[in-house]
Amino acid sequence: MMTQIVFYVFAAVLVLSATMVVCARNPVHSVLFLILAFFNAAGLFLIAGAEFLAMTLVIVYVGAVAVLFLFVVMMLDIRFAQMREGVQRYAPIGAAVGGVLLVELLMAFMHWRVAGNIGQIRHLVPSSPARTNTAALGDVIYTHYIFLFQTCALVLLVAMIGAIVLTLRDRPTGRRQNIDRQHDRVPQDSLEMLQVPLGAGVAAQGGFLRPRDSYDVAAVPGTYGTEAWRQSEAEEEIQTALVVVAPADGAKGQDNG
Amino acid sequence: MAYFFFHTIIGQILLIALESLAVLAPLLLGVAYLTLAERKVMAAMQLRKGPNVNGPFGVLQAFADAIKMLTKETVIPSGANRMLFLFAPFLTFSLAMVAWAVIPTGNGLAIANINVGVLYLLAISSLGVYGMLIAGWASNSKYAFLGGLRSAAQMVSYEVSIGLVIVSVLLAVGSLNLNDIVLAQRHVWFCLPMFPMFIVFFISALAETNRAPFDLPEGESELVAGFFVEYSALAFGLFFLGEYANMFLMSGMVSILFLGGWLPPLGIAPLTWIPGPLWLIAKILFCLFVFIWVRATFPRFRYDQLMRLGWKVFLPFSLAWMVLSAGFLMVTGLLPGGAG
Repeated sequence: MMTQIVFYVFAAVLVLSATMVVCARNPVHSVLFLILAFFNAAGLFLIAGAEFLAMTLVIVYVGAVAVLFLFVVMMLDIRFAQMREGVQRYAPIGAAVGGVLLVELLMAFMHWRVAGNIGQIRHLVPSSPARTNTAALGDVIYTHYIFLFQTCALVLLVAMIGAIVLTLRDRPTGRRQNIDRQHDRVPQDSLEMLQVPLGAGVAAQGGFLRPRDSYDVAAVPGTYGTEAWRQSEAEEEIQTALVVVAPADGAKGQDNG
Repeated sequence: MAYFFFHTIIGQILLIALESLAVLAPLLLGVAYLTLAERKVMAAMQLRKGPNVNGPFGVLQAFADAIKMLTKETVIPSGANRMLFLFAPFLTFSLAMVAWAVIPTGNGLAIANINVGVLYLLAISSLGVYGMLIAGWASNSKYAFLGGLRSAAQMVSYEVSIGLVIVSVLLAVGSLNLNDIVLAQRHVWFCLPMFPMFIVFFISALAETNRAPFDLPEGESELVAGFFVEYSALAFGLFFLGEYANMFLMSGMVSILFLGGWLPPLGIAPLTWIPGPLWLIAKILFCLFVFIWVRATFPRFRYDQLMRLGWKVFLPFSLAWMVLSAGFLMVTGLLPGGAG
């Protein structure tokens, strides 16, 4: 009695939220209704005693797939006026596709017959309470259907690699962090202590410079520093990069102090 | 009386409600004092005093904060999606609470001792991201939105390695029941033979709870407060409570999966006199101390470093460990379940 009530509650909410997925105006609401639908499906699995499937449904679909869905839908720039314009244009095509699907479903249902030996399926279900359905599923998938399972895994792997290949672009302007190179750097390579006379400024050294390593890739040579500095740079290949300006007087003061 | 509680529907519902109360009341009190403990511990580590005005050693500070939070005004930004804006904190808070239904505090002492306890915990913790994502989107603010997106990407990434770590623990247990997982550690806690996995799990737990050094979703210096920048008063309080309750939950998961749950470190006389729940609480408190310790010690990760650590370091490492431990258990014949 209790189970029936709970079943109908889950089923009703499932159907309602599935309808709202299609009907909701805001796509974000659609995705949230989709998540509600997943949840109620998990509830139905629980009632059927398939707790492993229920939890997997929540973990995989709600916890991962729908998060990415929501992620993408939230980032879309959606203008409702534009969407309404589209409705009139695509309505006939949509109605045609829907009509075809409806007719096909009706035809399928009219010729639906339940197999005579359906009762035998019950004997395949492990009935011992000591055998959880997690263990039973593991037995079936990993022992009896291991090759099909591995094939599925390979298909998914190919899809995954394909997605990575399609989206991975090596942009010339992109900056990559090379941790080894960062660790290999020592102050002697990149720092130079200069004695600059008071009031002279650092224009003769080309102003404040960034570490050479960092602009090797991104910045165009010949666009930084002053004219004079660039010429001196061209004449002699200066390996030092970061110029640390220490006022001459200050340095002297430190020595004395 | 016993008949009423165990054989009538109303009695059973009442019993479950009482059990939940017995778990949640200490939990909420613990959350209140965790905020104080965090401030005190961090203060001690940074040679400060921390809160010391309200009550002796500042013990009433937690209640002062709670009252302040309740009496403030709830501000809902114009342009916010009102319903989702208010729904998000409740979701975060209630998810942090419902996960405790399966945590065993003693042998068989859980509100629901279910067969798929680990999967239930994984499912609930993977839902935690929705609170932040919805809050970030519904606030109609760019900082909140960026925080929500960051937390979504971060939590999905680290769930993968958490899942693989859990799988390698389950290989050694042969059951998804949390009670069985603890009982399998009678002889040796899993943190010893699986020490690298213990570390990976703990670091992933830090990322999963958005704690420092992975607190990018709420990075103050970049996003003001991240996904809850627009929240105030009770709604903010619920987020706050949810976040700290999640810390308790992840500490509980670490304790159960790796530190032997309610079991004493050695099964000898003076240690076995202490009741199981106290052992579990002690382990949870230790993990929480490490959470705070880490926060006081490490600077925040950059976002690409975070993703690199999750996908390029933890994922291959935990995957390799899982395969190796499965092979090891198979070769030595230690694989539980007897499927062989």
